[in-house]
Amino acid sequence: MIMNRKVEKGFEVLIRTCGYFTSLVVVLIILFLFKEGISFIGDSPIEEGYALYLSDENPVGTLSEDQIKDLFDGKYKLWSELGGKSDSIRIFSLDDLTEIFSEEETGKDLEHLDRCTRKLTDSIPGALVFVLEAALSDPSGLKKLNAKPITLSSFLTGQQWFPTAKPVGVYGSLPLFLGTLLVSIMAILMALPFGLAGAIYLAEIADKRIRNILKPLIELLSGIPSVVYGFFGLVVIVPWIQEGLGLAVGETALAGSIVLAIMALPTIITVSEDAIRTIPSDVRQASLALGASQWQTIVRVLLPYASSGISAAIILGIGRAMGETMAVLMVTGNAAVMPHGLTHPIRTIPATIAAELGEASFGGLHFKALFALGCILFLITFVTNYLVDSFSAGKKSK
Amino acid sequence: MIQFPEKADAYKRWTQILFFWTARILSLTIIGLLLIILYFIISRGIESISWEFLTAPPKEGMTEGGIMPALVGTMYLIFYSMLVAFPIGVLAGIYVNEYSANGRVKRFIKMMTNNLAGVPSIVFGLFGMALFVNQLNFGASILAGSLTLALLSLPLIIRTTEESLKSVDYSFRNASYALGASKLYTIRKVVLPIAFPNVITGLILSIGRVSGETAPILFTAAAYFLPRLPQSVMDQCMALPYHLYVIATSGTDLEKTKPMAYGTALVLVVIVLLVNLLANLLRNHFARKVKMK
Repeated sequence: MIMNRKVEKGFEVLIRTCGYFTSLVVVLIILFLFKEGISFIGDSPIEEGYALYLSDENPVGTLSEDQIKDLFDGKYKLWSELGGKSDSIRIFSLDDLTEIFSEEETGKDLEHLDRCTRKLTDSIPGALVFVLEAALSDPSGLKKLNAKPITLSSFLTGQQWFPTAKPVGVYGSLPLFLGTLLVSIMAILMALPFGLAGAIYLAEIADKRIRNILKPLIELLSGIPSVVYGFFGLVVIVPWIQEGLGLAVGETALAGSIVLAIMALPTIITVSEDAIRTIPSDVRQASLALGASQWQTIVRVLLPYASSGISAAIILGIGRAMGETMAVLMVTGNAAVMPHGLTHPIRTIPATIAAELGEASFGGLHFKALFALGCILFLITFVTNYLVDSFSAGKKSK
Repeated sequence: MIQFPEKADAYKRWTQILFFWTARILSLTIIGLLLIILYFIISRGIESISWEFLTAPPKEGMTEGGIMPALVGTMYLIFYSMLVAFPIGVLAGIYVNEYSANGRVKRFIKMMTNNLAGVPSIVFGLFGMALFVNQLNFGASILAGSLTLALLSLPLIIRTTEESLKSVDYSFRNASYALGASKLYTIRKVVLPIAFPNVITGLILSIGRVSGETAPILFTAAAYFLPRLPQSVMDQCMALPYHLYVIATSGTDLEKTKPMAYGTALVLVVIVLLVNLLANLLRNHFARKVKMK
């Protein structure tokens, strides 16, 4: 049956629309990710709805998120350490206030809390009162302690990640980024000798029959879900590392690297094998004709020729490893600290998102921070793809 | 194998043998690794598999019972995500291979598809949460999860469709045009039927991928535990990979939940094995068919 011309036209429009669908999705991902992520930069790190009040005599006005966190952790004793007078720092929460003042003074519904706070800051010049902003109906005569807004550089270079610290979360993504980079690069270093050998074997050494058996097996390796790799890592590799190296916990960067190395193998093998395989056979034959052995041909001619493709495989492998979530989440111990080495727990960016998004309140600062981490991941993807493309293009222009 | 001349340099010969064996052994190590993982999961998991395991819900804080709700949830996610992704993916593949002129448009679309394929699965999760769960107000539901998974599997379907269309020889198309058939008619009646087994391979591989993905459904669909099966697409569901994650990491008694975890991992591995087997059979069938014509 031949379709009506109009129906056919309509169908072609549908096909065209579907053709552009992935582009639309990419644009939408950028839009939604960056909308939340960018609004994170410039926000105040003080938890929404809360406020910090000082005596209006206190010259300290604005502190960074790290300083406020340290202040609440008791690392500072005197305001002079933060550029104020030499009064000692004393922190009061709402509970402290209701304990100090009688119900008569605060009022039944705490409606006179502002008066009490003023009384407190007048008598104790170094007082810092941490209450709900709405609790004080008239904050005059008090000075609000402001936190420096989050900047891009504090987000990217901050060395502490404490999103749930009260009253200010500390959002430094550097430990997460370095953790991600550490496990991914180690994974590729471990996988590379095997992957490259596998690619050479499949492309140049194995005969067709063996190749036809091995190829589907390697495909199978890439088909196993990451959560299964994570589970395998958890019940086999983690205890193995713990006992073998005599560590207190086996959930370490090393465990993550090993699991990621196994997962990266198929990518490295497939892409490098492709690069070796697509070398024109004249190149191979010219080398053999000059009396080079097959091995010399592989090492001196084919590998250099395929180097851009192999570089693409390495970059793609690192890029994929950096985005891997579940397996890493299950075996790396999830300690959001600056990485100390392979035998310590670390935490990666994707694992952080997966572990914390469930707890973060929607639209809150923590939520936005996780989207900002998502933006970093997305940019990594883009850079990876760009590099892979340019390497592959380099191969073609040869 | 290369033949060495009589007076071949012994050094050259031995290094070659040495390096060939190194490559061979390293490659076999990879396969060995795969077999160890498979053997480990199958041998430990097989004890947990029973009719009850597959048909009963988890009981006693996930230390007993089975995985039926997770299995059903994964089926729902597979079905709805493929319902969306397969038609769009195939049409997009047709557009890329048959319609887009070789040039900037084609390169652009391919680049975007590549970019989408490289987006980490957790970012799909974030996106699905922002768009489907919050913006479109679907809440955490089978619908939101399936749509997220659909977007994730699009690139794979598009690529396999494109590849399979590409392998259909141009003479088929020309013959059809010569008979006066329109372009769409040619695609529908000539090109697609030949390419179809390979297009289906893409669908099967996507099913494998979707059944194992955890990160995209963490915040869009997956529930820790549900006492009953989902009633509609607006309900949350349990899912196999998330279930494995939960019982492997945060069960009430990790030692007691271990058999359950092994069993769940085995079911996931079996799905992957079946998917790969089926895809390979289809692919070989397709290769023969194309060769014959």
